[in-house]
Amino acid sequence: MAANRNNVKIHVENLKKNFGKLEVLRDISTDIYEGEVVVIIGPSGSGKSTFLRCMNRLEEITGGHVVVDGYDISDKKVNINKVRENVGMVFQHFNLFGNLNVMKNLTLAPVDTKRMTREEAEKEARFMLDKVGLLDKIDAYPSQLSGGQKQRVAIARALCMHPDIMLFDEPTSALDPEMVGEVLNVMKQLAAEGMTMIIVTHEIGFAREVADRVIFMDGGYIVEEGTPQEVILNPQEPRTIDFLNKVL
Amino acid sequence: MVKIVTVYGTLLLRAFGQTLLLALCGLFFACILGLIFGMLGVVKNRACNWIETIFVNIIRGVPMIVLAYFIYFGVPYAMKNIIGLNITLSALKAGTICLALNCGAYMAEIIRGGIQSVDKGQMEAARSLGLPYWRAMQRVVLPQAIRIMIPSIINQFIITLKDTSILSIIGFPELVNTAKNVVANTFMSFQTWAIVAVMYLVVITLLSMLAKRLERRLNRGR
Repeated sequence: MAANRNNVKIHVENLKKNFGKLEVLRDISTDIYEGEVVVIIGPSGSGKSTFLRCMNRLEEITGGHVVVDGYDISDKKVNINKVRENVGMVFQHFNLFGNLNVMKNLTLAPVDTKRMTREEAEKEARFMLDKVGLLDKIDAYPSQLSGGQKQRVAIARALCMHPDIMLFDEPTSALDPEMVGEVLNVMKQLAAEGMTMIIVTHEIGFAREVADRVIFMDGGYIVEEGTPQEVILNPQEPRTIDFLNKVL
Repeated sequence: MVKIVTVYGTLLLRAFGQTLLLALCGLFFACILGLIFGMLGVVKNRACNWIETIFVNIIRGVPMIVLAYFIYFGVPYAMKNIIGLNITLSALKAGTICLALNCGAYMAEIIRGGIQSVDKGQMEAARSLGLPYWRAMQRVVLPQAIRIMIPSIINQFIITLKDTSILSIIGFPELVNTAKNVVANTFMSFQTWAIVAVMYLVVITLLSMLAKRLERRLNRGR
């Protein structure tokens, strides 16, 4: 589904992020549109994960603005918890709650933030688990699941909050090769349904297939961005060409 | 041996009751102190972290016997001579404060360490779903931290129970203090101290068994 160019979901303006003296993000500006699937690629240390984590303020923002759904989250006065309810996140290491079973993993946030009653949340959890093909694991604990299953549960957990935007931070990097496909398939389905998605990944093939736009980052800057056709098949910048030569 | 048991048995048992009372009072406040300072050590605030570090280092750096003398004799003396306030602490109160401070510092470290040993991703995942910090702490991080902390906490309880014997020096009539009197009256030091040792041993062994069982139950199915 194509992006809706009339509706900016995330507006990033001159974003800067330092860790102490280390400048990780130097000057990032871009807009993410409703329904758009943006894939961020780049060498390790290029700042792509940090950039993603600035979009729900898991990293404090050093300078510039990140406006999510009209809320400038670089402003400390904005209730970040309310914004995060609408921005789902999937992590490299899944981060399922180890003390809770799958059902409770999925219902904790919707019930706790009063988005849903317990009955609604449980119904929603079943629906989402079915969607990622893991309804039979509803009573399992995270330690009883394989990597691919954990990540699919993690996606379902994020979806249970009915987010407008989904952030994926290298969702397949910690998986055994044979499990990458099942997670990418769930993501493809999500993209087809029109979810706004921002994905940091090393899966160039997936980027080519699913992305509306590819952003190549290096050294804390956006070096090049455009359609997969432009950036992956016909890169212009030497650094992009160099990177793609190494990974393809 | 028989004479000690028949003549002084009740006295020693009652004294052991005082030991347990003192230990319970101390542990109760130690838990509160430990929780407060443990949290101060965890939150993202330099000043709070410093307060925890200073508290722990002071208490850890002073032998408990010195702490006991200081609280029981030193503080009232200072109050009287500097502020002109006449305070006398009962041995139970002074002992409780002493144990609470001492055990509290170690508990703070156990709690801080337990929380910090939970993977940071757990907090991040909970926060990313919109849960406020304390809610995430309560629902996700603490339950996992407590499981990690339980053995160390029980171990600390046992140490504190034994440390009550140090408070015999401020005249609290707990087991060791009472046993000293029994020895003074009977000169049967071997028998008396053997009985005292067994009394500690029985209760502490029971506590250890309870700890094992609790641990096993918490780890079931994981």
